[in-house]
Amino acid sequence: MTAASLRDRTSQSGSTLTREEMAVATRALNRRRLTAFALVTPLLAFIGFAFVAPITTMLHQGVYNPTVAELIPDTLARLQDWDGRGTPDDSVLATMAVDLKRLANDRTAGKLAEELNRGLPGTSSVVKATARKLRNVADHDLPSVGAALLLEANDRWSSPELWRTVREAGKRYSERNFLTALDLERSPDGEIQRRESARIYIQLYVKTIKMALIITVLTFLLGYPLAYMMANSSSRVANTMLIFILLPFWTSLLVRTTSWIALLQTNGVINSLLMGIGITTQPIEMMYTEFATIVAMTHVLLPFMVLPLYSVMKGIDPSLMRASLSLGARPIPSFLRVYFPMTLSGLSAGGLLVFIISVGYYITPALVGGTDGQMISNVIAFHMQQSNNWELAAALGTLLLVVIVCLYWAYDRMVGAGNIKLG
Amino acid sequence: MTRSNGQDAGSTFAGSETGFLRFVDVKKSYDRKTLVVNGFSLDVAKGEFITLLGPSGSGKTTILMLLAGFESVTGGDIEIDGVPVTRIAPYDRNIGVVFQNYALFPHMTISENLAYPLRARKMGRQAIASLVEEYLSLVELDGFANRFPAQLSGGQRQRVALARALIFEPALVLMDEPLGALDKKLREQMQFEITRLHQKLGFTVIYVTHDQTEALTMSDRIAVFNDGVVQQCASPDELYERPRNAFVANFIGENNMLPGEVVETVGAKVRVSVANGKEITARLADVSSAGAPCRISVRPEKMFIKTDRTGYDNEIPAKFIVQHYVGDFIRYYFELDDGTEVTVKLLNDLDAPKLGQGEIAGLMWQASDCYAFNTD
Repeated sequence: MTAASLRDRTSQSGSTLTREEMAVATRALNRRRLTAFALVTPLLAFIGFAFVAPITTMLHQGVYNPTVAELIPDTLARLQDWDGRGTPDDSVLATMAVDLKRLANDRTAGKLAEELNRGLPGTSSVVKATARKLRNVADHDLPSVGAALLLEANDRWSSPELWRTVREAGKRYSERNFLTALDLERSPDGEIQRRESARIYIQLYVKTIKMALIITVLTFLLGYPLAYMMANSSSRVANTMLIFILLPFWTSLLVRTTSWIALLQTNGVINSLLMGIGITTQPIEMMYTEFATIVAMTHVLLPFMVLPLYSVMKGIDPSLMRASLSLGARPIPSFLRVYFPMTLSGLSAGGLLVFIISVGYYITPALVGGTDGQMISNVIAFHMQQSNNWELAAALGTLLLVVIVCLYWAYDRMVGAGNIKLG
Repeated sequence: MTRSNGQDAGSTFAGSETGFLRFVDVKKSYDRKTLVVNGFSLDVAKGEFITLLGPSGSGKTTILMLLAGFESVTGGDIEIDGVPVTRIAPYDRNIGVVFQNYALFPHMTISENLAYPLRARKMGRQAIASLVEEYLSLVELDGFANRFPAQLSGGQRQRVALARALIFEPALVLMDEPLGALDKKLREQMQFEITRLHQKLGFTVIYVTHDQTEALTMSDRIAVFNDGVVQQCASPDELYERPRNAFVANFIGENNMLPGEVVETVGAKVRVSVANGKEITARLADVSSAGAPCRISVRPEKMFIKTDRTGYDNEIPAKFIVQHYVGDFIRYYFELDDGTEVTVKLLNDLDAPKLGQGEIAGLMWQASDCYAFNTD
């Protein structure tokens, strides 16, 4: 509240403050605001450092890729004038030869090869072999014979497709990682089209969301009766059960997931049991499947569903169900019309928690999922750790964020985020 | 003292309409060890307003739960209109229940709350709408149809709860301390409201409370509960004027309890020596043999401080301690020779005496205004 609004308020109420009183009141108000701000400053700083900055970096990295532009700036500058058809003229090829030799001597040609290979598979060997051959050519000869040497080293240097890839990869800001993440690509004419080869990411997003939904529904089916029972039993029983529900929280996630491996594997506990009592003769393949991922994640995420439900159910007056019965409604309609609607807030909170956590879950699918049970986060991790394509990982991560925000928005429109109640 | 008390009282009240609702030796145990309700028998006539009164934990709410069908009886039977109901599900009993905390459905509007029992009975939309309107105006809440319970005051919520319990026209309505959460003024207003609706619509009420004033002002009959048994079941004036035992005498209204010893019984009267040998006459309640220890109960407003007036049966000296000025009356505190404290309540008029501290005054009362009870 500013001094001006303070004055408004006082004039409305009829009494007026003197200038001196107003100054005192303003000072007190400012002091209070300053204290409040000082109290949250550490948190704001932490959020900025640990959340806002990394997310911003990720969003930026998805579209910003300066590697190629920094490796061969001269070639890219000359490529500006190329019309994209036919082999670029000799001056461009010669400049590329100069750049390649420099890279070969700096031992950074591999980096260029890797970057270009992402745009056009098979380019890596072309770049590396050519660079190796150019290493021993004298500098002063290169501008004149460079073009010929390049074509001699590998005739693919005459291919317009390769040069288009070079030009595309040389853009510092580009949407190509997002196109890749959406299984799209640019045609030679610059049109956006569906990628013919390796359409994997959309499928993976759909699968991830599908699995997250299944897990959410399963935690609901298992968690709702459990929460109901806890909320309606004596506090001693409820507390004991609460400990059993929280116990997984106190065990390492790794340990819990590994124990699922022990249970589910081919010669594991479950298969031995099934074969022992003669239900099957062959062990059932459960490990390294989608099934394993779903079962293990349902187990891991169950508390996130049970706890909000429990706390909401705990607050429901038991006489409401009695009232409903006394008014003539049968038990099931009573439950559906009175009890269930009152637990929706907890169900929303639990469902949203489980869904969002499972969409981005990594460890469990990585350990028990095999190839079949992989989720999008595993692919993001793959691009960060193994294929070293951080830009694509950032683009995939950004898309995941967008998907979650969209789903949350849809949820808010349908249910209303204000109804969420954690306790 | 026992269930036979309740039964006797029930049958003395009984008119031709007796037997609409009958409790026959009802017992209830939650833990398979102790009986919360130990042989409860009561006959309720159609249209009667019966209050179950007792301290908390005395089993009165359990009776309601058994009647509504939320708990099952351990022994005995409950009959409505001659039909045993103990095996009928609560939703088929057609009994209106008003809960202490209202139990309004918070996610439904007032009109949806009222329509709830009608929708459960598959009534037509039109009929529901007109009934809801009728009952809203009956409890003077026209215009509140589309509010949610959270937007109403405590008194208004109570009225909605009342209307919801009545809208499907049950012949029997149970109220479980319905006014417990209201402040004093609202409570009196709602007592009046409930009485008005009861008289207008003629349903039978089983009302549970621990507030004796509420019980006395509203009920046709009151069953006083303690330890799972009915101590006495009678009309308010009978309970107040002729308590059957010391518990009832103490629980209903205020009472002075003077310890004494039975000297002799003469018909319906008994001679008792109190406060170091002073002999007085009292009505015989449940003491019998001479020489037995007993307690004399006298209500503070039935005692007088000795003036020149005479004609009282009993008189004992007492030391004046202090007086409290209450407004319409004055409370005097005395102490007898044996240390018993006695309260006297006198109207605040010109006759009210002025006493000095430590002054000895005579306390007088009629033999017909005091009872001799067993000490147990």
